[in-house]
Amino acid sequence: MKPYGFLAVPRCDSALPAKIRGSRARALPDRALVNCQYSSATFSTGERKRRPHGDRKSCEMGLQLRQTFEAAILTQLHPRSQIDIYVQVLQADGGTYAACVNAATLAVLDAGIPMRDFVCACSAGFVDGTALADLSHVEEAAGGPQLALALLPASGQIALLEMDARLHEDHLERVLEAAAQAARDVHTLLDLVVRQHVREASILLGD
Amino acid sequence: MGEEKLIASVAGSVERVNKLICVKALKTRYIGEVGDIVVGRITEVQQKRWKVETNSRLDSVLLLSSMNLPGGELRRRSAEDELAMRGYLQEGDLISAEVQAVFSDGAVSLHTRSLKYGKLGQGVLVQVSPSLVKRQKTHFHDLPCGASVILGNNGFIWIYPTPEHKEEEAGGFMANLEPVSLADREVISRLRNCIVSLVTQRMMLYDTSILYCYEASLPHQIKDILKPEIMEEIVMETRQRLLEQEG
Repeated sequence: MKPYGFLAVPRCDSALPAKIRGSRARALPDRALVNCQYSSATFSTGERKRRPHGDRKSCEMGLQLRQTFEAAILTQLHPRSQIDIYVQVLQADGGTYAACVNAATLAVLDAGIPMRDFVCACSAGFVDGTALADLSHVEEAAGGPQLALALLPASGQIALLEMDARLHEDHLERVLEAAAQAARDVHTLLDLVVRQHVREASILLGD
Repeated sequence: MGEEKLIASVAGSVERVNKLICVKALKTRYIGEVGDIVVGRITEVQQKRWKVETNSRLDSVLLLSSMNLPGGELRRRSAEDELAMRGYLQEGDLISAEVQAVFSDGAVSLHTRSLKYGKLGQGVLVQVSPSLVKRQKTHFHDLPCGASVILGNNGFIWIYPTPEHKEEEAGGFMANLEPVSLADREVISRLRNCIVSLVTQRMMLYDTSILYCYEASLPHQIKDILKPEIMEEIVMETRQRLLEQEG
């Protein structure tokens, strides 16, 4: 089946296209199965590196994306179907999970699949007593604690929060707030872009 | 959520009827409604049914009992009919059918109970978004330029050469495999390119718009229609003619 929603997102940090392959008849009788696959192009990082498809990082990213989108997509409206989301990173400069989530949100909207809300994500870290949002590759490689946050902006609910480093709990709130604010800013931008796109398309259709 | 705010779950245009607010997504899979005409491709042959791909969320179903037998006979389907299913429709065949019912999970049940539906022979299929096909009284059109077109509600559009005489008895089973003349093929290619250009410029597809677009494209060569500048020019002209006609 050919892909139904498609988005190519050039961002100054990480650029990646996201594809939604439409639903297919599958097992779950009352809701849809969400399947996410993450892959990274060989030319995406500084050094050209061949990444086989089933490797650990891709699987883990795929799983995280799946958890995020299962929380956001209204799966009860698509029983017995499977929604595939394929994301490929073309240019990685930090914050790849966040870029994947944002691109996939737009792709899901483009495919017309109903969602609870936009899913906006951003990474954040803590360096020298300052909370930083949207870390670049250099900042990530520096080794400090990093947090990835996926947010549903309207309700403020967190779809996914992931951190695998040590951070003192006193600093957690500041870092979380930095990530949340950045995610809300991303939401403003995505909202604007989607509205503009729909407006242009409606004008062409003559509505 | 404590606030009394409505948030849409899709991005699209809002339609408001008194207190009913609908948001129609820009681009969705085909959502079946009883009475729609669809063009579909057979994907599977199962025990007493065929699975048909109609650009919807789930594959549509064509029951053996909803299919008209050759010659238009009306009789109970026997075990021999079941075994002969592949003789009627195989994987990869294209059919035109009407939606009989919609199941609770959104799957669509089709029927070809009239002689105008059935297996499609030689022609060209164009796949577009279902939201671009305008709902009309009839979806089978014989265009004056020399070809016929079936505008499936599911976004599958079938362009084929107009048959010289209406075959009453066949019921759409005999695939006409005679070679199609060059003139007919040119008309069909031109129509296909016109439809593609209308879709790229996001115009609604119906018989009048396709015909006007065809006429606007006549000065150009068939292969030039797909060039972006010429596409815009043709569709602009079509839009103007349609506005004049309505105004």
